[in-house]
Amino acid sequence: MTATPTPAAAPTPTPAPTSAAASAQAAAPARALPANVAALALGDDALVLSHRLGEWAGHAPVLEEEVALANIALDLLGQARVLLSLAGDEDELAYLREERAFRNLQLVEQPNGDFAHTIARQLYFSTYQTLLYGQLASGESELAPLAAKAVKEVTYHQDHAEQWTLRLGDGTAESHERMRRGLDALWRFTGEMFQPVDGIDVDFEALRESWTASVTAVIERATLSVPDGPQSGAWTAGAGRQGLHTEPFGRMLAEMQHLHRSHPGASW
Amino acid sequence: MSSSTDWPLWEVFVRSRRGLSHTHAGSLHAPDAEMALRNARDLYTRRSEGVSLWVVPSTAITASSPDEKDSFFEPAGDKPYRHPTFYEIPDGVKHL
Repeated sequence: MTATPTPAAAPTPTPAPTSAAASAQAAAPARALPANVAALALGDDALVLSHRLGEWAGHAPVLEEEVALANIALDLLGQARVLLSLAGDEDELAYLREERAFRNLQLVEQPNGDFAHTIARQLYFSTYQTLLYGQLASGESELAPLAAKAVKEVTYHQDHAEQWTLRLGDGTAESHERMRRGLDALWRFTGEMFQPVDGIDVDFEALRESWTASVTAVIERATLSVPDGPQSGAWTAGAGRQGLHTEPFGRMLAEMQHLHRSHPGASW
Repeated sequence: MSSSTDWPLWEVFVRSRRGLSHTHAGSLHAPDAEMALRNARDLYTRRSEGVSLWVVPSTAITASSPDEKDSFFEPAGDKPYRHPTFYEIPDGVKHL
């Protein structure tokens, strides 16, 4: 593939493929291009969250909500397919990588928990995605066309999460408590969203401010308070973007990949 | 799925294109009108069926009863003169 020079190209020098090294390194270095790093990070976010939301099928509290969550999951799967195809072969990337090769945020791999827990995850992540895609859509990177389409989808995801946060937080004592628990439990995974990503030319500190303002407004309208703990675990030596994942992710991957790995190349 | 029965039922009307009227598409459960609208979006417009949605509490609809079918609708059955095609156009009429 030819490296398309983007104006905002990161300082990482792209080695010109010399004939000697070209054949041996053809596959691997291509993935390390900033644009591919970005596509892989965002694509993995979408793929993993899509799978988590898919786990609600047959288990959602009501039929209408099951369809809503499945719709959101399918939007995300569509985004994942486009993004992973930018980074390589989509099936190979989705089904044949080991845990350490995934670049998704730890937030999106967290288990569903109860419905409020899922909504808390949706609120945190869809707000981030809406702000990020909004900026990417107005930029000139190779992700701009995808972002322009996806921003409409994720704006709806954010609205869905917001509506439910308001109703659960400002609902019964039980729903209020569950919503609070969900927001608290996932808070420590939110800091990672604002780590700069190679190939994404966005001011992540400004993104953090907009995100905090937006999420705070919703949480306070829901009669809850913003968790006051740290936004990352003190013990982590990096996080999802570096390929370090939490324990439940391995089990999720095993389920997601086992069919493809058991029957390579199967189709119907 | 027991809580589904606690939520009120809503009737959904979808307008498929500008210029057409809203048509009844089906019904759903939702805790309130705002959520009913969102559920309607997910259930009834996911294949580009519409450009506008109405939701109405099912309890707000007064329906004719099947018992009244005879008195309500049957009398119209034998009155063909209510259709324009019943009338023959006289030869002399040119601009009708």
